[in-house]
Amino acid sequence: MLADQQDRSPLGHIERQVVLPFRKSLEIAFKSIRVRFVRSMITTLSLVLAVAFLCYTNVTIDVVNGLLATGNADVRQQVTRSGYDVQATGDQVENTPKQRWIVFLSLLVCVVGIVNAQLMSVTERFREIGTMKCLGALDRFILRLFLLEAGMQGMVGAGLGALLGALFAITSGVIQYGIPAITSVVWVDMLGSMGLATGVGCLLSLAGVLYPAMMAARMQPVEAMRVEQ
Amino acid sequence: MSVSSSIVRVSKVTKTFQLGKIEVQALKGVDLEIESGKYISIMGPSGSGKSTLFNMIGGLDKPTTGKVFIDEVDIAQLDAYELAWLRCRKIGYIFQTFNIIQVMTALENVTLPMIFAGIPNETAIEKGMELMNLVGLGDRFSHKPFELSGGQQQRVAIARALANDPAIILADEPTGNLDLTTGEEIISLLKHLSAERGVTIISATHDFKMLNVSDQVIWIRDGRIDKIEDREELSISIGTIDTR
Repeated sequence: MLADQQDRSPLGHIERQVVLPFRKSLEIAFKSIRVRFVRSMITTLSLVLAVAFLCYTNVTIDVVNGLLATGNADVRQQVTRSGYDVQATGDQVENTPKQRWIVFLSLLVCVVGIVNAQLMSVTERFREIGTMKCLGALDRFILRLFLLEAGMQGMVGAGLGALLGALFAITSGVIQYGIPAITSVVWVDMLGSMGLATGVGCLLSLAGVLYPAMMAARMQPVEAMRVEQ
Repeated sequence: MSVSSSIVRVSKVTKTFQLGKIEVQALKGVDLEIESGKYISIMGPSGSGKSTLFNMIGGLDKPTTGKVFIDEVDIAQLDAYELAWLRCRKIGYIFQTFNIIQVMTALENVTLPMIFAGIPNETAIEKGMELMNLVGLGDRFSHKPFELSGGQQQRVAIARALANDPAIILADEPTGNLDLTTGEEIISLLKHLSAERGVTIISATHDFKMLNVSDQVIWIRDGRIDKIEDREELSISIGTIDTR
């Protein structure tokens, strides 16, 4: 026990002696995405689609609510005719449970896709991870690199998806109800919907990478090096 | 036996691998002491336990029984941080497959261990360039690994292994993936570094070119140390190798 302590004393503040500054990790993560651009794009694409769908349904509701808020009876009738359940007294519509269910499913499928893609990417990078560990990287450096990468992919992908979804929702609104669709929409509501969609997208991206990244971080370097490539 | 000069001490180490239902004993009790500043080759046929012993010494794997001391510290006692610190500062690794990180330039590969060690960026780059010059690649620092030949990649790996001035360099078949002349260049570079910087170099190999530069050769057979030969004894036995 005493010998143990003696052994440890010269290595006192190890935690502070092995470091990876945040800026450097950001740089490494960014480069890793750039080098594997096509793969990153494919991973991100499913996220773009799912977020676009989420944003589309929410913004469509915003558009319809904007139209209803004008109080125009013609428009109200048009909205009712296109299948929305407008209550006699209220002037608000919302997603039907069925719509919500479909959106939820699409998000679920998206997460599964991300987990799958990230697992592949971890397997592809076993050797790189092993090398980093041999050079003295801690588990959490690896975890941080993967989370940062996923975070960046998530932000770009979800942002793009939200933009696409909103664009489609407004276009289809204009086609269905004419110009008032665009003039009467409450921009704050719409931006809120887009923000929500972006946030959900980022979270999904991070959730999808969590398990693969943990797997990568816990790997023993010798196992990682044993992989033939 | 003088404790102060031995940098690696292996004591009664055995290692058992579980392959399905069969247990395979790769090391069957190895005792070894490696002196500081020497150039050591571990020789043996494949499957002799050479790589296993090598991984033990490098702190990449833990023994089933027995102990491995690096600088008189039992590595089985170390936690994750301390092991990382050991890998970062004390030991430099060179691999058969070079293992240059593909997404980084040569210089970034060399500076990475220094970044881990908390050295500020400018200092790390300065020292990285110095090391790149030392291994003769001063003008190729901004190249990506795939733009470099095998020998050049191995030179980058050597520069990277030297980054934090380690006490030990572990080279696992450093010439295994290189042609004859490039292999010789790498060997003489390693020898030069060992002589100049006083780094202990331990290499697992079955390349007989390595024998000429080794201070000591450790022959492994069937998980045991077959014999340990010093340089003087070696020149005699080389004759028998040539005739084989």
